[in-house]
Amino acid sequence: MLPQIRATGVAFTVISFENAAYSYGGGELLSDISLRLAPGSFHFLTGPSGSGKSTFLKLCYAELAPTAGSLTLFDRDVRSLSRDDVALTRRRIGVVHQDCQFLDHLPLAANVALPLTVAGRTSAPSDLSDLLGWVGLGQLAEAKPPSLSGGERQRAALARAIIMGPDVILADEPTGNLDWEMSLRLLTLLVELNRMGKTILVATHDLNLIRQAKPQLAARVLRISKRRIQLAGADL
Amino acid sequence: MTARSQNDRVVPPSGAPATLTSFTAGAMTFLAVFALALALASGRLAERWASALDRTATIRISAPDDQIAMQTKAVLDILATTPGIESSRAQTPDEQRKLLEPWFGPDLPLTDLPLPQLIEVIEATEGYDSEGLKQRLSAEAPGAVLDDHTRWRKPMAEAASRLRLLGYLSILLIGAAMAAMITLAANAALSANAQVIKVLRLVGAKDSYIARAFVRRFTLRAAAGSAVGALAGTIGVALLPAQDAAGGFLTGLGFTGAGWLLPFLLPLLAGGVAFAATRQAAFTTLRRLT
Ligand SMILES: Nc1ncnc2c1ncn2[C@@H]1O[C@H](COP(=O)(O)OP(=O)(O)OP(=O)(O)O)[C@@H](O)[C@H]1O
Ligand SMILES: [Mg+2]
Repeated sequence: MLPQIRATGVAFTVISFENAAYSYGGGELLSDISLRLAPGSFHFLTGPSGSGKSTFLKLCYAELAPTAGSLTLFDRDVRSLSRDDVALTRRRIGVVHQDCQFLDHLPLAANVALPLTVAGRTSAPSDLSDLLGWVGLGQLAEAKPPSLSGGERQRAALARAIIMGPDVILADEPTGNLDWEMSLRLLTLLVELNRMGKTILVATHDLNLIRQAKPQLAARVLRISKRRIQLAGADL
Repeated sequence: MTARSQNDRVVPPSGAPATLTSFTAGAMTFLAVFALALALASGRLAERWASALDRTATIRISAPDDQIAMQTKAVLDILATTPGIESSRAQTPDEQRKLLEPWFGPDLPLTDLPLPQLIEVIEATEGYDSEGLKQRLSAEAPGAVLDDHTRWRKPMAEAASRLRLLGYLSILLIGAAMAAMITLAANAALSANAQVIKVLRLVGAKDSYIARAFVRRFTLRAAAGSAVGALAGTIGVALLPAQDAAGGFLTGLGFTGAGWLLPFLLPLLAGGVAFAATRQAAFTTLRRLT
């Protein structure tokens, strides 16, 4: 068997914040964040609406850069990344965005396969339909995104986020529009992906979902409160 | 589906901006064909006038019949001793008839007309002193007038080469105007697709990938529109009346020989201009948008 270089080598971090802060015209939104997401870890991120959960995720996929302190993605400082580096980094990070935007002129299947297309790769048609079937969208492969319901869009976004087999999956309120059954199905998928070694961060205010997950895996819960990110206790 | 067509499909059809690009490229190329024809014809004219008339002059002797022969001899003698003149020769009645034939017909009774005697003068490379020659002529052959062509030749040749310059300048301006229009159209298409560009960036598309989808589209549109314009313009030029023997300016406005292929280089040029303009616009917009 090949030696596990990463396991025995220097500590490798996927996402690492050090005294990072993010402020915009309206003032400081996130302050003094020091946080490491180790490979293979599973985190939930909670906090009141408007506390900066989406902003934190945007920092994690280099849509925004911290205004103070440092942030490293895959051991590289985000400030040193060129625009092409950012593109390449995003191929290793699958994101389910809170607003789930798609290319409205392309059918769902092409949208789900988009990360492969822009990376110059093609998907085996069977893999694509398996994936669509798994998120319950097998019948809608040819539908255009504007005709989909909110929940269907979220499932499609999840399929798009994982089609590249990314190292990290960031999900912003992925169950916001899903019923409980579908939410559990999505959670199961995330748990499975985590068991395969993916690093996962889920922003959610659905405490039931977090409770449901706890027995299944060693998830940590981060909470944003007073502009800081803290590890939440067992009081969930 | 080929990878390329799939790559182009990630950006929705560009509609009006793309149509504008085709139309602009077509119209501009149509104009450029005429500017090119003008520039080439003026160039030929400038060369012909400059070289054919170069170093020649004419002396015209108008005098009563009985003095013509005497004055002609006197003029030829003067010319023979003037430095800077290579050769001189009196035109024969036959040559004079040929000269007048296009205007008066072949049956001209030359002897009955009080025609001036013409003497052709060919200048040596170093040139002669035209003022000095005029003075000697007026002293010894009062009926002789030196017409050294330069009086009208120079401005004509100059006008022709100026016209050529204007023709090429027009092509440049047409190209610049086309680049500006295509940049505008590309910017409109890019802005209309800001959302698409954002999604593409989020799923890991490089700038060059996104730019390529736009650049390819606008380059092809411009080249195709331009090809139509070039064809129409060339047909227009070909339908002009044929060049006549006298080589008059307007009738000489066609292309000659391989020159007929030149208009078809314009679509390549238009494609190149569109490529550069769209690429520039795309990278600028991408940096601004995401
Ligand atoms: N660049 C910016 N300009 C103006 N306002 C901003 C900017 N970035 C963040 N904000 C504000 O910061 C706050 C946090 O936004 P964010 O979307 O991160 O919150 P959230 O925790 O995801 O909320 P929700 O649970 O409702 O999704 C909002 O009030 C938002 O308007
Ligand atoms: Mg949010």
